[in-house]
Amino acid sequence: MLRFIVKRVGLSILTLLIVSVIIFLMTSILPGDIAKQTLGRDASPEAFEVWNKEKGFDKPLVVQYGRWMGGLMTGDLGTSFKFALPVSEVLGPAAAKSAQLAIVALILIAPISILGGVAAAMNRGKKVDRLLTVGGLSAAVIPEFVWGVVLILLFGVVFRIFPVSAFPNEENPNIFNSVYHLLLPSIALLFVLFGYISRVTRAGVIEALDSDYMRTAVLKGLSRKTAVFRHVLRNALLPTIAVIATQVPYLVGGLIAIERVFNYPGFGNTLLKAVIARDFPLLQSAVFLTGLVVICFQLIADILFAILNPRIRQRVTE
Amino acid sequence: MSTNNIPTLELRSLEVAYTVRGIDRSVLRGVSFAIAPGEAYGLVGESGCGKSTAAFAAMRYLPRNGKITGGEIFFEGKNIVDIDEEDVAQLRRSAISMVYQNPSTALNPTIRIGKQIAEVFELNGVSSSDAMMMAEQALTRVQIADPARVLRRYAHQLSGGMAQRVVIAMALASNPRLLVMDEPTTGLDATVEAEVLDLVRELRRDTGTAVLFISHNLGVIRNMCDRVGVLYAGALVEQGATSDLFSNPSHPYTVGLLRCIPRGGLHKSTDRLDTIPGTPPALGLKFDGCVFVARCALADDKCRTQLPQMVTINVAHVARCFHSDKASSLPRSVEQIEYAPQVTGHSTKVGDALLNISHLSKVFTQDGHKVRVINDVSLTLGVGETLGLVGESGSGKTTIAKLLLGLTPPEEGGVVTLDGKGLAKTLNRRDVADVGAMQIVFQNPDQALNRRHSVTRIVGRAVERLRKFSLANAIARAHELLSGMRVDASLHSVRPVQLSGGLKQRVAISRAFAGAPQLVVCDEPTSALDVSVQAAILNLLVDLQKQDKTSFIFISHDLGVVRYISDRIAVLYLGRVVEFGTSQRVFNGPFHPYTEALLSSVPNIDGSTRKRIPLTGSVPSPSNPPSGCVLNPRCPRKAGSGYETLCETEEPNLNEVEPGHFMRCHIPMAKLKQLQS
Repeated sequence: MLRFIVKRVGLSILTLLIVSVIIFLMTSILPGDIAKQTLGRDASPEAFEVWNKEKGFDKPLVVQYGRWMGGLMTGDLGTSFKFALPVSEVLGPAAAKSAQLAIVALILIAPISILGGVAAAMNRGKKVDRLLTVGGLSAAVIPEFVWGVVLILLFGVVFRIFPVSAFPNEENPNIFNSVYHLLLPSIALLFVLFGYISRVTRAGVIEALDSDYMRTAVLKGLSRKTAVFRHVLRNALLPTIAVIATQVPYLVGGLIAIERVFNYPGFGNTLLKAVIARDFPLLQSAVFLTGLVVICFQLIADILFAILNPRIRQRVTE
Repeated sequence: MSTNNIPTLELRSLEVAYTVRGIDRSVLRGVSFAIAPGEAYGLVGESGCGKSTAAFAAMRYLPRNGKITGGEIFFEGKNIVDIDEEDVAQLRRSAISMVYQNPSTALNPTIRIGKQIAEVFELNGVSSSDAMMMAEQALTRVQIADPARVLRRYAHQLSGGMAQRVVIAMALASNPRLLVMDEPTTGLDATVEAEVLDLVRELRRDTGTAVLFISHNLGVIRNMCDRVGVLYAGALVEQGATSDLFSNPSHPYTVGLLRCIPRGGLHKSTDRLDTIPGTPPALGLKFDGCVFVARCALADDKCRTQLPQMVTINVAHVARCFHSDKASSLPRSVEQIEYAPQVTGHSTKVGDALLNISHLSKVFTQDGHKVRVINDVSLTLGVGETLGLVGESGSGKTTIAKLLLGLTPPEEGGVVTLDGKGLAKTLNRRDVADVGAMQIVFQNPDQALNRRHSVTRIVGRAVERLRKFSLANAIARAHELLSGMRVDASLHSVRPVQLSGGLKQRVAISRAFAGAPQLVVCDEPTSALDVSVQAAILNLLVDLQKQDKTSFIFISHDLGVVRYISDRIAVLYLGRVVEFGTSQRVFNGPFHPYTEALLSSVPNIDGSTRKRIPLTGSVPSPSNPPSGCVLNPRCPRKAGSGYETLCETEEPNLNEVEPGHFMRCHIPMAKLKQLQS
């Protein structure tokens, strides 16, 4: 098992390196002269040169990449052009905010979607199943920001149950208040992800319900409920775990629209600002961080998979 | 057990229907039989005739679309058709258990074996620590090696035979009064099958459990059961004491079934197998008369219009037939034909050398270890002859087929020549003529035929490629081939899904014959088919051989089939040829000790008792073969032969022990003959 984890971590680091090269090259070949953008069109050529030199843009790409990577290792992510602050000071709080939203959303989404999927599978072909499947899919085709607006209008403006902003205005909000503010965007995300996750769960549970070992369990004399609980869930939830793990990076780094709608100073919002301002140091680090999150969760999913599935674990240990 | 007259299980006019597209279709039509305490009752019949449905109905476990539409099921005198789920569960927990066809998938892949067995004890109120101890005892009872270790294993770490022992242990854990066994040895090797059957017999003697035994294998049923029922199209057509029913079958269906089987001694050179014409009726078809009427050579107007009742043949032997007295003289559906003598003027004649395999080896790399799966195999085959390859799974039968076809290259030094011409090691380096000259027919035509193409296209494409025919000519030739294989012209444009298993295999054979092959490798071509269909396919293969002087390599785990169709036999063990010779020599002995054990493990359909020569332990891993003779740790003849030391230290050569008969054994022929007499 240890060997498996070490191998997986090694592979993840390699992937991350490749990702970093791609990010670096892409941001480097983006059109537009950064110096001109920053200093304005009328600045003198000398000023450009001085600026470029100061920022290191006159060096060969390899050297620039080396400097960037070196910075990443030591935690020095450079200085944001737009905010004139160290990138880490801009990204840090934003990432923390995004993580909060992701955690709240996940705690809401995972159990509800799994329960929905199991319920649909257990009532295959019946009304409950159709309602959950069709409802889930219908909800998923509507983009999350539309759900966001609808929810704000309904619960924030008409009924005034939830705040319209995801971010408390107080100085030091307590945890309950923070969570309370995050509920509405989380529900919007639930609508989008429920159909997907519950469908995968449903398929997994149905496969396990139809399996020979489930038949064995029932013919041993277990009640259907006990049999499902003991013999079906563990096998059925494997694909679900993988799907949820792949959705986590989206929840952390991909919620640009939701953050805009709920006026939430998260990671997505910051990323957007970096793109608009061509704030290269910020953009590079933000995208890199997103990649890091994606790879980390893939790794977590792989390890969880191995723990739950003895066949994979075995292959691993042998 | 009990001495009263209440049967353990009794089905009375049981009717079961499956709802397909909103319509109820009968699967069981008034089935009645009873199993006394301690009795073993067998149900036989071809696939789709309702055997498994009857078994699952007895467990009160039907598929989602299945329901009992009439009749009663009594368990120890109590009708269990209408009892509620909780009572059914209680019955399964304590009184009725089941053993399934695929033991490996019947076990939960993510839960340790110990916990799965212990669960049964816990359900009966045993504490979890005691339950684990009892699970170990349960495994000891089924004679599994190292029970304590097996407890901690997962299903995928067990061989098929071990998994079935675990399932049996689990079934017996509740001390059931009825054990339902649904094809418990189908898919297992003959040697493993024999061990499992021995175990079941022994356990039954100890526990006195009544058994409902389902199998399509008449030999197994004959050896395991006290009484037998024959099911056809969901109706019980004959029932009787086992020996009585087998020696005096009185329903045309039973007679037909028994005639399909290539049993001891039959050989293609003298006997053509009989088949049952036609196909079983579609699910849920309604009958005015006898269910078998459409396929029965004795059928008359009375059979078509009146439902026959059970007729008593003798004491406990009954048959549902108006003509049971004539059943034994049922006209053959397949005539014995005299094949025309060979056309003269051909350059080759039957028996001339065609295929020469010399020093073929194959090494696979598995987890960094070298595994020698084929070790120095040399064989020859003549024109128009069949070479049968036999051996337990893992002996290398299929790998040899792959090596011959160039699907995987042999190691350096291995040479395959066909008709005097050396073949390239891999398929893509062989020219079209070579590819066409050697073709294969697989076990499962479902997976071997492209389901998106029509039958004509599947065969025509092969003709076009292998014979360089124009498209129009290729299609014409495809029709010719298919008709020659008795695939009706009306079926030439359909896709494989619309065909029955037997027809699919005929299409696959047509495809193999597209390039006018000299050699066709048949890898378990009839293993997935019912016996009547198997007989028809075997007849077809023999006809083709007689017509075109095609040679076959025939791989099968069914020794009866191999014996019937083969001229020469090669017996494989751990990638080595241990015996090679004419069919007669190999099957009549003196045998190589491995061949002897293999042959003795086949359940005998003729009812003659024969001492089983057991192979102890399981097949060793080819990655770590035993020193000396690879068979020596399991060899039934080593002990007491006087050659023990030699056997354990030196690997014997494949010696010619008599003209045309090769054996890889240190024990001299004369000694073997003496030991085996």
